[in-house]
Amino acid sequence: MANFYTDNKDLKFHLEHPLMKKIVDLKERGFEDKDKYDYAPIDFEDAMDSYDKVLEIVGEICGDIIGPNAESVDHEGPSVVDGRVKYARGTSENLEALKNAGLMGITLPREYEGLNFSLVPYIMAADIVSRADAGFVNIWGLQDCAETIHEFADEAQKAHYLTRVSKGETMAMDLTEPDAGSDLQAVQLKATFNEKDGKWYLNGVKRFITNGDGDIALVLARSEEGTNDGRGLSMFIYDRNKPGLTVRRIENKLGIKGSPTCELVFKNAPAELCGSRRLGLIKYVMSLMNGARLGIIAQSVGVSEAAYREALSYAHERKQFGKAIIEFPAVYEMLALMKAKLDASRSMLYETARFVDIYKSLTHISKSRKLTDEEKEELKHYNKIADVYTPLGKGLASEFCNQLAYDAIQIHGGSGFMKDYPVERIYRDARITSIYEGTTQLQVVAAIRGVTTGTYLKQIREYESQQIKPEFFGLRRTLIGMTEDYEKAVNSVVDAKDNEYLDFHARRLVEMAGNIVMGYLLINDTNRDESYRKSAEVFIKWGRSANKANAEFIANSSLDDLGNYKQQ
Amino acid sequence: MNGLKIVVLAKQVPDTRNVGKDAMKADGTVNRAALPAIFNPEDLNALEQALRLKDQYPGTTITLLTMGPGRAAEIIRESMFRGADGGYLLTDRAFAGSDTLATSYALACAIKSIGEFDLLICGRQAIDGDTAQVGPQVAEKLGIPQITYAEAILSANNGSIKVKRRLERGVEVAEGKLPLLITVNGSAPDCRPRNAKLTMKYKRATSISERQNNSEDYITLYNGRPYLNIPELNLKDIQANDAEVGLSGSPTKVKKIENVVFQVKESKILSTSDEDIEGLMVEMISNHTIG
Repeated sequence: MANFYTDNKDLKFHLEHPLMKKIVDLKERGFEDKDKYDYAPIDFEDAMDSYDKVLEIVGEICGDIIGPNAESVDHEGPSVVDGRVKYARGTSENLEALKNAGLMGITLPREYEGLNFSLVPYIMAADIVSRADAGFVNIWGLQDCAETIHEFADEAQKAHYLTRVSKGETMAMDLTEPDAGSDLQAVQLKATFNEKDGKWYLNGVKRFITNGDGDIALVLARSEEGTNDGRGLSMFIYDRNKPGLTVRRIENKLGIKGSPTCELVFKNAPAELCGSRRLGLIKYVMSLMNGARLGIIAQSVGVSEAAYREALSYAHERKQFGKAIIEFPAVYEMLALMKAKLDASRSMLYETARFVDIYKSLTHISKSRKLTDEEKEELKHYNKIADVYTPLGKGLASEFCNQLAYDAIQIHGGSGFMKDYPVERIYRDARITSIYEGTTQLQVVAAIRGVTTGTYLKQIREYESQQIKPEFFGLRRTLIGMTEDYEKAVNSVVDAKDNEYLDFHARRLVEMAGNIVMGYLLINDTNRDESYRKSAEVFIKWGRSANKANAEFIANSSLDDLGNYKQQ
Repeated sequence: MNGLKIVVLAKQVPDTRNVGKDAMKADGTVNRAALPAIFNPEDLNALEQALRLKDQYPGTTITLLTMGPGRAAEIIRESMFRGADGGYLLTDRAFAGSDTLATSYALACAIKSIGEFDLLICGRQAIDGDTAQVGPQVAEKLGIPQITYAEAILSANNGSIKVKRRLERGVEVAEGKLPLLITVNGSAPDCRPRNAKLTMKYKRATSISERQNNSEDYITLYNGRPYLNIPELNLKDIQANDAEVGLSGSPTKVKKIENVVFQVKESKILSTSDEDIEGLMVEMISNHTIG
């Protein structure tokens, strides 16, 4: 009878952020659905109450079904039977429960039978599901591919596919190929237009496709013959009820073993063009990836939560030298830092989700009416921050998640190395978060723009000027000092005017910015709820020394050093 | 086959899985205030069976009927969140202290006053009393057949129903003519989770007494959405005889309540020799521990 929503007060704390008023108003557009749909909210309080009640359902399903199934799903895993994926028994049970509970299509409009929830509660559901089973969240979380159809497909496609997603069909995002991983411009899968029947047909191979046998897939394919870069790629919708797709194999992975990672062969598979030709990579994948990356931040946070809880309860239970091991400084320090990083990641997750939420809602509104100048300004503003916060959050939170999983095993000692405790699965599951949807190194490539354009600094200044209680002035002073160090480091790297040198230090600069941003977010949290004080103190103290190390490294390096790092 | 009219009988019970010291009152009745109130687990199994019939036979309606204090409306809402169409709260001070006989009389009266039905489904027993008497007694009072210990309803065609029963030594398939009553075993599938849309739709469903205690002002909302009203039935509404309900209608009298604490008083060490084992067997047979 566990409930992963109600047993974690941090979730409700983030759900009740002051910015939610604006977010809900934008999403519900004056609560215009209230007389059309019996489940639509009548006002802000009603909407928030619905979010809370639905998250309680998510929490219950996670605590009673998905969490308890995680171990057997990890052992059993999916298999390929006659070119189709067969999920592990527990996976099917999880999906059935979520389908019955109507928890698919959470963010989709009510006209497509969705719940029309804003992004924040959806991301919160992903956070909760990830704690229960990090592999399963991939299958369920692919519903956010529907956002791409919602944003770019035509009316008929939206009515057809989005309704199916709301009813519980699963999705897949078929992007990567054997020779096109991080570099998607190299995609070769061919889309050919048949003049006779006026249909597109797909031919080729996709690899590393999560839930590749999903009911509805978005497929990136080369529609323009003779091209060989990103501008020749378009996005297609493939309906699994149509012929032409075979699952050739499922990868045997280190972690998230319940999630089927497929190799797919398309042979004359009929598909529909989604949006406009040639915009597949340059526009739609970018939108898809930003959504997916936010999902990975949620996954990182959920896995971190699981790791922290396992470590904490073991540290209380385990007695050595006559006392519980949590009483030893070496152990409690580890746990405190784990909690601080967890809280920092979660604050970053919801801050980013709120920014994305606002600009996405404004984008949808702009399709039905002209935005006011003020709204246009706002859309631009939030879009810009969201674009640099997403990679920053993904990069840092996924690395923290790995560190937490590592420390959780460490606290378990020898027992943690055995298969008897859930931490070993959590450790394996954590590993993928800093790899897929763009490795940490690629997040840095995206995030460095926030450093060089000054977007992070601007946002940091904004946090700096916010009203806080006097007792937190000390913490803020530390962050102001860290910001000075950061500016100095940025300037010294940028002044070298060398792209390779900038790339070389990029991760250090991005981490420095991230630690300051997260530090401010924790101060804001503490300002709203005193119970975050410990985490704020611990994180900022840790962040200061981490930033000092990076600043030292940068201050003592020069362009000439790079040669020392180049291996033969 | 057209849809079925199903009435699910359910009870809100104290969560006896978390019993503390003050679980019983001095007079031998359950101290409900000290325990969290939950949906009786086997009644949830019963509700799931009803929901499966509704999935299978379009047009089926599920009405929940529960007897209890005002707060028992909670389990009617819980049922609506999962797919029940509505429910009645049978509530009256006159019902207080009812034993299984008085309870089944009141429930039978209520069912008659609600109207026609094809099927009554309830849990095998409630975790507070553990009598398993109410379901069968209701069937007797209504003069309809009953199938107890159901684990699955296999089919419901042409006015008859086929049910798999879980018995002590195996399973049995029984068939019966509608209308009839089924009691469902805890080994039947768990109830499905609450549904998000239904939860949002019905979250403000309340009984009249709940609305009176509530400061929320949503009168216009209730006027436009009659499904948000959970009707209450009292002694008069169901035309019951007040001598047959409550304490006066309950022949069961609790004489005394005792705490039973299992503990080892003495121990005996036996070797694996044949004599020791034989001696133990003789002893256990003679004191009726086995045999």
